Amino acid sequence: MASARGLLAYGAYVPYARLDRKSIGEALGASAGSGTRAVASYDEDTTSMGVEAARAALRGVRAIPELLYFATSDPPYLDKTNANAIHAALDLPPSAMAIDVAGSVRSAAGALRAALDARVPALAVLSDIRSGLPGGGDEKDGGDGAVAFLFGEGDILAEAIGHASLTAEFLDRWRIPGEAHSRQWEERFGEFAYVPLGEGALVEALKHAGITAQAVDHLIVAGPHGRSNKRVAASAGTRKEAVVEDRTGVIGNTGTAHAGLLLADVLDRAKAEQVIAVVSLADGADVTVWRTTAALGARGPRTTVAAQVTSPGRVSYATFLTWRGVIRREPPRRPDPQAPEAPAAFRAEGWKFAFTGSRCQACGARHLPPQRVCVKCHAMDRMAPERLADVPGKIATFTVDRLAFSPSPPVVVAVIDFDGGGRFQCEMTDVDPKAVKIGDRVTMTFRRLITAGGVHNYFWKARPTTPEK
Amino acid sequence: MASNGIRDRVAIVGMGCTSFGERWDKGVNDLLIDASKDALASAGVELKDIDAFWLGTLFSGQSGLTLSRPLKIDYKPVSRLENYCATGSEAFRNACYAIASGAYDVAMAIGVEKLKDSGFSGLPSTRSVGDGTSAGLTAPAMFSLLAPAYAKKYGVEESVLKDAMTRIAWKNHKNGALNPRAQFRKEVSKDTIACSPLVAGPLGIFDCSGVSDGSAAAIIVRAEEAHRYTDKPLYVKALSFVAGPAAGPIDPDYDYTTFQEVVASAADAYAQAGIKDPRQELAMAEVHDCFTPTELVLMEDLGFAARGTGWKEVLAGTFDLDGELAVNPDGGLKSFGHPIGASGLRMLFECWLQLRGEAGQRQIASVARGRTLALTHNLGGAPGECVSFVSVVGSERS
Repeated sequence: MASARGLLAYGAYVPYARLDRKSIGEALGASAGSGTRAVASYDEDTTSMGVEAARAALRGVRAIPELLYFATSDPPYLDKTNANAIHAALDLPPSAMAIDVAGSVRSAAGALRAALDARVPALAVLSDIRSGLPGGGDEKDGGDGAVAFLFGEGDILAEAIGHASLTAEFLDRWRIPGEAHSRQWEERFGEFAYVPLGEGALVEALKHAGITAQAVDHLIVAGPHGRSNKRVAASAGTRKEAVVEDRTGVIGNTGTAHAGLLLADVLDRAKAEQVIAVVSLADGADVTVWRTTAALGARGPRTTVAAQVTSPGRVSYATFLTWRGVIRREPPRRPDPQAPEAPAAFRAEGWKFAFTGSRCQACGARHLPPQRVCVKCHAMDRMAPERLADVPGKIATFTVDRLAFSPSPPVVVAVIDFDGGGRFQCEMTDVDPKAVKIGDRVTMTFRRLITAGGVHNYFWKARPTTPEK
Repeated sequence: MASNGIRDRVAIVGMGCTSFGERWDKGVNDLLIDASKDALASAGVELKDIDAFWLGTLFSGQSGLTLSRPLKIDYKPVSRLENYCATGSEAFRNACYAIASGAYDVAMAIGVEKLKDSGFSGLPSTRSVGDGTSAGLTAPAMFSLLAPAYAKKYGVEESVLKDAMTRIAWKNHKNGALNPRAQFRKEVSKDTIACSPLVAGPLGIFDCSGVSDGSAAAIIVRAEEAHRYTDKPLYVKALSFVAGPAAGPIDPDYDYTTFQEVVASAADAYAQAGIKDPRQELAMAEVHDCFTPTELVLMEDLGFAARGTGWKEVLAGTFDLDGELAVNPDGGLKSFGHPIGASGLRMLFECWLQLRGEAGQRQIASVARGRTLALTHNLGGAPGECVSFVSVVGSERS
């Protein structure tokens, strides 16, 4: 069994900020329900969140993906592969192929299936940002997040023991390219279309796995159509306690990422030899039945989905609308931000995307960005690359720049001294400007600094370190 | 490293300086013509008497044509230089070396900047975006990095440090109120300064130098010929210019409480001028107070105060106009304004007035008591990554 193919590792990313649904209701003078939703920051997109989830998945894993699928309904670029930025940020070898599976929520089920069925170590990254017109259901019930799964052979955490898919053409939700928000047909029609598909596919998959519904320990039903998810879960015939809480009350429905995010959440707490059925309802029904292995219990400490679901971050409705581009605020009287230059970014790929600095082979001093001449001993061209993306650091000094242009002022900048050597001055994010202190611990996070001239400028920022739970 | 200096080999025999400020009424050409005219008249020469020109400007023009076109200079050498905010000093330094070498007899150093026409708050960016990975801090933010680091290192409470910063701004406004060429010609209360809207870190608007337009110029000749032009020339005692390795932002050993480039250029300048104790020997200093924490740290880097004590000396009034060593008697960048290419020459203009006893209401008393030396300090860049210039000029040739 040790050489069976299956799930080797996974990681999830839920952004820091939460929008209180009550604040939507207060601003618009209409009820928007209770609870919160997760909100990608102004400096995040589906690519950057995908990087964070993939980093979490690959942390401490020996296998190197040779194939990367990136699934999202909200690709930052069209005509250019978004998966390449994730590939670069993970410092994957050039021989690893990176592919977008983009455009719809069902892309997630496709990416997972393709990665699982591949013959090489393969990573599926599922990421989404969900928003809608102010006051609508998509705005309040959507959520942002990402999750990544690595499949391959070795000490697998779970094995896929059954599959089934059903496909049908019907109009439940859709968006013409270029439009900011999706449209949805009458909700009860979607329910009429989805429920039989979900029920049918689940029956087939359980049959394929050779088990009964009663043998399912955890049942996940996820998809953009909330009512259908509940109906399919209720009629599945599993034990009642097997139905997995869908987290939408706190983080919202994260679309392309959601079924995967719930699977990660279950894997965080599941025991060995348990059965997990995942039903994904998106333009059809895709079901995978998993059986966990003993390796699940042998893992070290990690940041769980549950720990990320609970976040102290809060964003006002006005700020949320600004981050999503609905409100355009008066900029400072400063020059317009410029797009990064493609050749310079290409030459600096290791630095810009993977946060790879250099270490002097003569004296051991670390350099960020990589240098050719050592700042300490002045040795020339004696450098070896060294990646510092996962090295924590502390703040040497800092400032809050209220003059600089930012999509969400003020800009907090800190001078970071990395554990084991090396210093870099960069922006901070997910931070309260009033709470920053010299000596605070920080970790690096991959972000989209700005979009200028139609170019997304990806790079790293520092964020306050959250202790692992 | 040899730094031999050219002590007492060249002299300033004429200077000119426009009013600084929001000069909506004047273009770059006008400012250059006005400063040149003043400097030529001050030296009693005509444009045709100048053999070579050095023009400093960061943003307001490229090539020697920026000067030769408006002045209609007939086929003479005009160099245009740039060295960040120390640009004006760099023009002066190169002109001095040309005269000292004997290549020319009479040179003009002139600096100009037209910042206000851009419509931006603060300075335009000088850097290309490149790969898009540099943090892109504004100037006040870069210099504000000094404040928490200094407070932490020396155990100074943040409110006390803010008081010291406020006092620097208050002093420079007080001095500038006495200066008819200054951008801001009025005193500002400490409360107003301390409560001004925050720009970066603890820096309020009143902790920042004035963004302004202006021009200043100097006429330079060999020292032995100086008295043909004026009875009261200023002799160049020392010129030091250093560029650092820009190590601060990448080297954890840098602590953001000093400018190592300033320490190096000050040591070099003091050696050239034969100065042992600057606080006792200088009549005054014009220093690069781009932001109030900069002036505070410079007091220590230039050897005017012991490490960690600059804030106490500031609060005690040591550097006031009537203090032990007057710093920025003309109001400094803070109140005179900071048209980048002109600032280094503007600092020399104040030395020119003070050491000749022509500073009027703000005349420093120690000059009459026999102090004959003045210092200018000009820097460009940011903490940990800057260029620094220090000059010493004197009214007597030793």
